[in-house]
Amino acid sequence: MPADATTALREKFPQVTDRPSNDHPAVNVPIGELVAALRFLRDECGFDLLMDLTAIDWAEGASPRFTMVYHLYSTTRAGYVRVAANCASDAEPAAPSIVTLWSGANWHERECYDMFGITFTGHPDLRRILMWDGYPYHPLRKEFPLAGIEAPLHDAEIGAETGTNVIAAPMAGGPFVAAPGEINLTEAEPRAKDESWNEGRAQPGQSELRQVKE
Amino acid sequence: MAAEFAYPDNAAKTADARAEPHDTPGTLSSSNGPAERAEPEFKTEKMSLSMGPSHPSTHGVLRLQMELDGEILTKADPVIGYLHRGDEKIAENMTYNQFVPYTDRLDYLAPLANNMAYAIAVERLARLEVPPRCQAIRVITAEMARISSHLMGLGAFGLDVGAWSVLLYTLNEREKLYKLFEELTGARFTTSYTRIGGVSRDVPDGWLGRVNAFCDQFLPILEETLALLTRNKIFMDRTVGVGVIAKEDALAFGLTGPNLRGSGVPLDLRKDRPYSGYDNYEFDVPVGTKGDCYDRYLVRGEEMRQSVRIIRQVIAKFPGGAWYATDARKIFAPPKEKILSSMEELIQNFMLVTEGPQMPAGEVYFEAENPKGILGFYIVSKGGGVPWRLKIRAPSFCNLSILPKICVGWLISDVVAILGSLDFVMGECDR
Repeated sequence: MPADATTALREKFPQVTDRPSNDHPAVNVPIGELVAALRFLRDECGFDLLMDLTAIDWAEGASPRFTMVYHLYSTTRAGYVRVAANCASDAEPAAPSIVTLWSGANWHERECYDMFGITFTGHPDLRRILMWDGYPYHPLRKEFPLAGIEAPLHDAEIGAETGTNVIAAPMAGGPFVAAPGEINLTEAEPRAKDESWNEGRAQPGQSELRQVKE
Repeated sequence: MAAEFAYPDNAAKTADARAEPHDTPGTLSSSNGPAERAEPEFKTEKMSLSMGPSHPSTHGVLRLQMELDGEILTKADPVIGYLHRGDEKIAENMTYNQFVPYTDRLDYLAPLANNMAYAIAVERLARLEVPPRCQAIRVITAEMARISSHLMGLGAFGLDVGAWSVLLYTLNEREKLYKLFEELTGARFTTSYTRIGGVSRDVPDGWLGRVNAFCDQFLPILEETLALLTRNKIFMDRTVGVGVIAKEDALAFGLTGPNLRGSGVPLDLRKDRPYSGYDNYEFDVPVGTKGDCYDRYLVRGEEMRQSVRIIRQVIAKFPGGAWYATDARKIFAPPKEKILSSMEELIQNFMLVTEGPQMPAGEVYFEAENPKGILGFYIVSKGGGVPWRLKIRAPSFCNLSILPKICVGWLISDVVAILGSLDFVMGECDR
């Protein structure tokens, strides 16, 4: 049944193409037509629930680098449809906000902004949601290391008083994966194999406060 | 209560409104209704108050930044992320099986249900079918997890609105379930029971009989426990008509699980898109009529009865045969005794542990009906043993996003009831 919806969508929006998929009907939509396409799916095809909204980072150097993925569910058809749209800019990715279509998209888009740095045009309240306001990085981007990056404390006053920072996690002999498919973890995590620092000893040049008494 | 004195006009209005729902016995009087309150005689200065992150009624580390007019909320801004551990980032850096323990820590009140949802998602990616016995084991564990999660939710809800004794009953029953979990998985809380393509071990001898025995003794106790609340005047005063979520709002905010069904939408993926053999069992999907806190409570109570019904059916026709996908050589580890005695199996096990279960490239989105709502996993694979991207669609995250809408206009004490009735878990919300 949901397959009819993608056919109808392609007829209405000629630029929409099929997206290879093994589970649910899926389409690629140009980012300019995204809101109109989602509105069409909601109003004309009965996809009344926005289940999930997220982004994929195809890593630095890939173009398009960021893809938005939406999963809609229809309570009447009991089926899903997947809608994907590539963000136009790789350096400053942006996507149109769909909060006007589904109020629930509000938090999802905030999370996406927080984790990937994608700005949603027309979002009523685009702030970080999981990380704190003022955090300088977007952790789910591929260049962000698993261990984290040293960053100032969220409370500048306490940071100034104590001189502490949010520090990267010790990898203690990581990485966890020996054969990581396309990811070369030794390159992705250069510090992971460097056992000169662990919970007991601070990384050279880093805050000494992490040292525990031995 | 307090509001009655402050807003006499409104108290009369709400007593009328509450005469019809749920055949309320007697007359009710309490704080009620964000409905049109009479224009206050004097304006007060708005106060800003932070509730949480460590507050007993915010169930974990939710923080509500509230703006108050006296005791009435004029604005609520949930602040989340205090339990953010970066599960999605971690998932991109380890093999599929290594991520199973992390799924325990999403909704840590129902780890077995999370395990199952994750395993099925990855199996859908691998286009792998698990044998009926494995499916049956997973259904039993998921339904037991649902009972255990609802017991905790109910007990905590009772606690929030002043019914202390309910928690004592429900924790007692949950303890019995934990004993059964421990026998099956080796752990009470963080079970990590599933593997991609199966489960970590078969059911022990006599375990199914003990589950049946649990069900037999559980039902009367459940009735007794629910009887403490269902017609309890104090409980009804605190919940009936409070925190009403309209059907349209519930859908717009992506609410799922008992919170959506409480608002009258009969969406249950176990019925609508059956997985793991749920279509073989008979059960009903309870739905509410008003969408208030009381409806959400009633839905959870009935779901526990239905879960017992499902468990009994699974045990009655428990299939034999293998409990893991025997032909999935690159996905499921061979039995231990074969690893120790045969070269082929030793290599297979070594490759699985070091490189992970080998997945084809592609993407998959799978959702399971968990106790808290619909838990979804969106996995993007480029092939190999590590996902390129794993997104967790957490039901508690979506369920909480409606708070700014439904809390406004209620007293702080009602907000406590609303939070209790939403039954969220921050481990899942923050990931």
